[in-house]
Formats: sequence, C-alpha cells, structure tokens
Amino acid sequence: MLVFILRRLIQSVVVIFLVSILVFIGVFSIGNPADILIPAEASQMERDAAIKSLGLDKPMYEQYFIFLSNAMKGDLGRSFVFNQPTISLITARMPATLELAFCALFLSLVIGIPLGMIAGYKANSLLDRTIMTGSILGFSAPTFWTAILLIMVFAVGLHWLPPSGRGQLGKILGITTSLATWDGIRHLVLPVTSLSLFKISLVTRLTRSGIRETLPMDFVKYARAKGLRKSRIVFVHVFRNVLIPIVTVVGMELGSLIAFGVVTETIYAWPGTGKLLIDSITRLDRPMIVAWLMITVMLFIVINLVVDLSYSLIDPRIRLQRKKS
Amino acid sequence: MMQDQSVLAVEGLRSHFFTRAGVVKAVDGVSLHVARGEILGIAGESGSGKSVTAFSILKLVDPPGRVIAGRVDFGGQDLLSCDEESIRRIRGKRIAMIFQDPMMTLNPLMSIADQMVESIKAHERTTRAAALARCAATLEKVGIPDAARRLLAYPHQFSGGMRQRVAIAIALLHKPDLIIADEPTTALDVTIQGQILHEMRQLCDELGMALIWISHDLAVLGNLCDRINVMYAGRVVEAGRAEDLLERPVHPYTRGLVGSVPGNSRRGQELTQIPGMPPNMLDLPDGCAFRPRCPRSGDECAMEIGVRVLGDGREYRCLHPHLESGK
Repeated sequence: MLVFILRRLIQSVVVIFLVSILVFIGVFSIGNPADILIPAEASQMERDAAIKSLGLDKPMYEQYFIFLSNAMKGDLGRSFVFNQPTISLITARMPATLELAFCALFLSLVIGIPLGMIAGYKANSLLDRTIMTGSILGFSAPTFWTAILLIMVFAVGLHWLPPSGRGQLGKILGITTSLATWDGIRHLVLPVTSLSLFKISLVTRLTRSGIRETLPMDFVKYARAKGLRKSRIVFVHVFRNVLIPIVTVVGMELGSLIAFGVVTETIYAWPGTGKLLIDSITRLDRPMIVAWLMITVMLFIVINLVVDLSYSLIDPRIRLQRKKS
Repeated sequence: MMQDQSVLAVEGLRSHFFTRAGVVKAVDGVSLHVARGEILGIAGESGSGKSVTAFSILKLVDPPGRVIAGRVDFGGQDLLSCDEESIRRIRGKRIAMIFQDPMMTLNPLMSIADQMVESIKAHERTTRAAALARCAATLEKVGIPDAARRLLAYPHQFSGGMRQRVAIAIALLHKPDLIIADEPTTALDVTIQGQILHEMRQLCDELGMALIWISHDLAVLGNLCDRINVMYAGRVVEAGRAEDLLERPVHPYTRGLVGSVPGNSRRGQELTQIPGMPPNMLDLPDGCAFRPRCPRSGDECAMEIGVRVLGDGREYRCLHPHLESGK
C-alpha cells in the first residue's frame, strides 16, 4: 500500500511539471498583459519601467525558470493586479468555493442515490419514468440558465431567498462557513441548487444503471435463496456493488465542482476562486491564472488518489492486490 | 404420486416466461417428490426446465417468469401460496440451495465470514462469536482445513472447488430438511467433482437430509442418486430408481441420453446421438415434445400423453416405450 502511494506521488510530480509547461505556454499565447495593465496615456519610459518590474522583458523560457525555481520554494508568484502573493489570494477564497462544492456534492448524493435506487428497483414503472424524465431535464438544462431562472423565481419573484452574495459567516469547529448562520444558509440555497442539479441527475442515472446491472447477478438471487431479509440484500449486497462506479464518477465530479463552479460563482456573485479566475483572465493577470491552474491540477491529483484509495476500502480484490505489490 | 414420508411433493407445477417473443413454457406440469434422506436426481438438456423447477419451489422465479399453477407441498404447507416473509423463513433455513457457478454466487466484496454469518443471523438470534464458531465447524465438515483463518478470506482467494465447498457449507449451516443443488459440480474439474459427490452422499446419510441434485450428466446422477427424473421441454418424461432407469430406460429420450454416455457402451462402439436439436421452447409441438426427434413416433404422439406407471416407482410419458426386455 505504501509503495502504491509513493509511486502515485512520483507520478504526480511528473504530471505537475508537464502541466506547468503547458500552462505557461498557454497563458503566454493569450496576449500581452502589458497592453491591459499599463494605462494608454503612460509614456514609453513608464511603460518600459513597468514591464521591467513585472519581469515581462525577459524571454519566455527565462520567465518560466524563474517561476519554476520560485514554485519549488512554494511561491507561485505575485498577482499583477493585486500585487499580493497569488497563493494567499487563492487560499483566502478557497473556503467559499469548497463550501459550495461540498454542499452541492452532498446534495447530489443524498438525493441522487435514493432516487436512483427507487428507479432501479421499480424499473419501467411510472415512478421510474418520472424520475428518469426529470433527470434528463437536470442533465440538459445549462447551469447559467437554471441559475438565472432560480434567481428570477425565488429571489425576484417570490422574495424568499437572497439573489446573490455569501451572507453572514460563522464558525463551526473552527471553520468559517455560511452554514453556521441562518442568513448564510439562505444565501447558499440557490447557488447550491443550481450547481447540484446536474450532479443529482448524474448520480441518479448512475445508481439506477448500477442497480439494473447488479440485480440480475447470481449472488443477489443466492442471497435471496439464503433467506436474507430484503433490506440486507438491498443495502449490503447490491449497494456495495453499485458504490464502485459512483465513487469513481463522484471523485471526478468533485474536482470539476471545485474547479469549474465558475459560472455559478459569477452569476451569484459568490466570492470564490472561480470568480477570481474569470476576473484574472479578463485582466490577463498571468501569475494568478498560472497559480490557479497549478492548484487545480494538484487538487485533481489529490482527489484521484483519495478515490483510488477508497476503492480498496470497498473492493477486497483491489485491496489485496495492492498489498502484494 | 404423493407419498407419506415425502419431505417435498411437487404437483402439476407450471412456470411460464412471458417474453416479448411469446410465452416460454419452461416448466409445464412437473410433479416430483423426495423423501427424507433420499437423493433425487433431475436430468435433462439445458433449457429443459430443471433450474426453473428448482427456483419455482422456493418462489425465486424472476420476471418475466411466473409460477402459474401447481402445488409445492413441504411439511403440509403449500410453499407457492406462502407470503414473502413466510417463504423467506424457509429459504436457507429448511430448504437450502446451491447454485451452479460458485464464482458468481458469492458476493465478491464480502468476506466468507460475513456471508456465512449473515445466513445464520437471517434466521436466528446469536452473537457473532457463536455464529463464527459454527461457521468454522461447518467449513471443517465440508473439508476446508484451517477454517477459522479461511473465514477471513474473500471469495476470489478460493479455488472453484473450495468456493463450492463454501456454498455447500452455507447450505448446511441450518441442517435443512432439503438441499436443492443446481448443477453444483458442472463448473468444476472431474476429480474435485468426484470428491464433492462422495462427500454429499455421506453428509446426506449422516444428517438425514433430502437432496435434489440437478445435472445434465447422467453418469454423475447414476453414481449419486436414489431416483432420477428425466426432464424434456418442461416435463418429466421418465422417472424411476436410478440404477433401474439407467439399466432399462423406457422412454426413447432417456434411451438416447443413456446411449450417449461413454461409460455405458462397449469399447470401440460408436456413441449414439439423439438426432435433431433441442426444441424451440417458444414453439413446442403438440403432445410429446420429443416427437420430431423420436425414431418411434407416429401421428398419435401429437395427442396429450398422460403419465403411465410401470411398477417399482417407474413412470413415463410415451406411447411407444421400450418395454421389451434388455437394451
């Protein structure tokens, strides 16, 4: 097991290194930040001084090596716009993003799995068809559209919930979160709903197909022949087997929830990292973009590792194989 | 057909599958009985309704299949009219089943201990420690050494033969009145098969259990069983004492089956083959379903043919039986 984790970590370092090159080249090809950052009325001397102070006068490979050697020391550069370390800017906003992502994930599991199990067990019934049709809706409606629609209905129309912002924060177990206050929860409802709608549909469909695949298997019939109670068959024998694909997809989706909540965060003016990224792109804040992408890559690597480790919790075949290696 | 000492008596069982292509009469009027300590063999080709018969007895036929008629008398109780909870209490506890493929019947994600203990706890209230001790003892009984340690293992760490022993041990946990084994040795190699047959015979004698052993292999059934029922296209076409039936088959189909077993022919003699293909279950011929493949059939075989009794428990459904003495 230790060998497995170690090997994964070495692989991760290679991946991060390669991605850093790609990101650097990509960001360079978007445009020159000097054109946006320096006011048009500045003199040529002021321009040169600014470019020199930002380090933009050096060739790309040299800038890359400066970035790389700083990154090794844990410094991903200073933002052009805020003139602050990018890492502290991102980490300051990370809790808001994580809060949104985990709430959406929680909702998608808590709603998606039961719906999928009902649909799978009552396949082709009216209930199943209703759930499946609903999930197609959740699947196909684009996030920006549902987000705006939710604001229209619940904030503008009914005045039930606030349309934007994060609301009042509080502390639970030392973590600053909006879940601690009623006002914060009210602010969470709409963005979490619009972000989780797609995931709920995804988890529902995944669970349903997992159930449909597992039910005809011999061990399910055998469990019945042993005289097991239905609840035990459903929640232990069938559910464990359905869990494997769910864990895989949910892991990948968690990464995308954190990294690409951009649209939702923008529409609801949610002060998270997604909004920071969009702002940085429009201002061509190179270090910000690079740092954000690097952190996102690391996030994905960590999540994938956690997913892989949780397989071995669920499936003894994987666990024992790893023990051997 | 019902006998006094019967553990189980099945009468006129019909299980049909309502598929899009039509109705498949998988089991179409099967009657059988098995007594205490007796081993009954059910023989037949694939698709003859052997497994569906077994599943029907425990109400385990899945849609689109359904038991549409019949009576399954088990200790004076009709299993087919039981509600789900009453039949659950019988499954595994008083009638246990062993399935064909030991690879597929054990849940790959659960340890052997968990899968054995849950079978006990489904029917009895005991502590886990007591249940585990019983599991280990039962595993030892079916020839798994070092059982206490092996209990902690997972199905994929066992060989096919060992896995089937585990399944047999699970079936034995509650010392049931009847075990139904559906081709339990088909997936195993011949030496393991021989061992398991021998052990099953011993266990039955020892515990006084009745056993229904389903197989397409007449040689296996001949070695193991007291009586054999031969099934064809959802019906029992011939039934009788094992030795007697294999020695002097009366039904042309049984005769064909017996003739195709290598052990029964002289060296150098070509094995006989039943001509034609197994019937299309969606479109069975009227009367005797074996009619199109039968060398002795005539137009009269298209009529409904009742059960004829020959004495010494021999029964058959045929208008042109091989009643002449000798083979």
